[in-house]
Amino acid sequence: MTTLGHQKALNRGVCDGLLMPFWMVFGSMIGFGSMARDAGLGIDVALGASLGIWGLPGQVAMVELFAAGLPIYAIVVASSLANMRFMPMTVVLMPHFKGNVTAHKWRYLLAQVLSINIWTVFMRRGSTLAEEDRLPFYFGVSITCLIGGALGTTIGFVAAGVLPLYITISLVFLNPAYFVYVFSSVRYRNCIISVVLGAITGPLIYLFSPDWSVPITGVAAGTAAFYLDKWMDRSQ
Amino acid sequence: MIVSDPWVVLILCILGTFAWRAMGVIVANHIDISGDLFQWFNCVAYAMLSGLITRVILMPSGTLAQTPDVDRIASISAGFIVFFMCKRNIFAGTGSAFVTFLGFAAARNYGLL
Repeated sequence: MTTLGHQKALNRGVCDGLLMPFWMVFGSMIGFGSMARDAGLGIDVALGASLGIWGLPGQVAMVELFAAGLPIYAIVVASSLANMRFMPMTVVLMPHFKGNVTAHKWRYLLAQVLSINIWTVFMRRGSTLAEEDRLPFYFGVSITCLIGGALGTTIGFVAAGVLPLYITISLVFLNPAYFVYVFSSVRYRNCIISVVLGAITGPLIYLFSPDWSVPITGVAAGTAAFYLDKWMDRSQ
Repeated sequence: MIVSDPWVVLILCILGTFAWRAMGVIVANHIDISGDLFQWFNCVAYAMLSGLITRVILMPSGTLAQTPDVDRIASISAGFIVFFMCKRNIFAGTGSAFVTFLGFAAARNYGLL
């Protein structure tokens, strides 16, 4: 595998980030910025939530429950649970940087800037790069997305009530729509089975347990996919 | 306890999400990438995200919940047709789904639907 070198890998990260993820984060954070303003929060808290929590379901839970006047422990628990997906995502991400001393030193920072948009781009493109190019690539994508998040939050906050609702709603729809096609493009068999089983069981489990549906779906459908994939290996 | 300072709530929520990230780092440090446990985590991550996205499209909460199911489902279906026509092109699929959805939303806004 040929190496690109730091600068080129960083540039490719920025370009891949600008191709889609930047706009996805930008669009969904516009929705979040407006929502934070409607809930009576300041722009400082809205930006802090976008860049610090850096995971939309957890941000939305915080803003909604804070506005509803819930006790602090309830807000923190709900916001944290809504972002539980970061645990398996980080587990899958980190080994791609194995052997890179700088990445190891900054591993908690790498995990802190991870988001679902960055993760999917990295799984598709970054993991095919030479090992020494992965860190600058990841850095390039992350910085691009963080800037998109900050800009989106600010514009959404400022433009709350100015943008027509049908445009804001379409921007909120953009990101989940994008992921539908991202996950329809996974290549490996174990990933395909996991995606299909997750898509079928996710909404069903949500009907029974809205709060815990994400982790239950992950563990149940993921485990089933894992064994189904093994079984198919053996029967070939 | 009701806390009225949003910064206190925010900092605790940042830590609440960071806890999952940090747990991921710790587990990743002790895991063999060629082993079964890593493969299992991989399946869990994909199943979790796919389940979440499907649920958001079919049974959204928040802003999207105000939109009719048929708008979301028809837009995603239109996106899938283009996605497969264009050799599984993500941009083409996403763009078509977005434009379809925007069309629905605008038409409803102006009373055309």
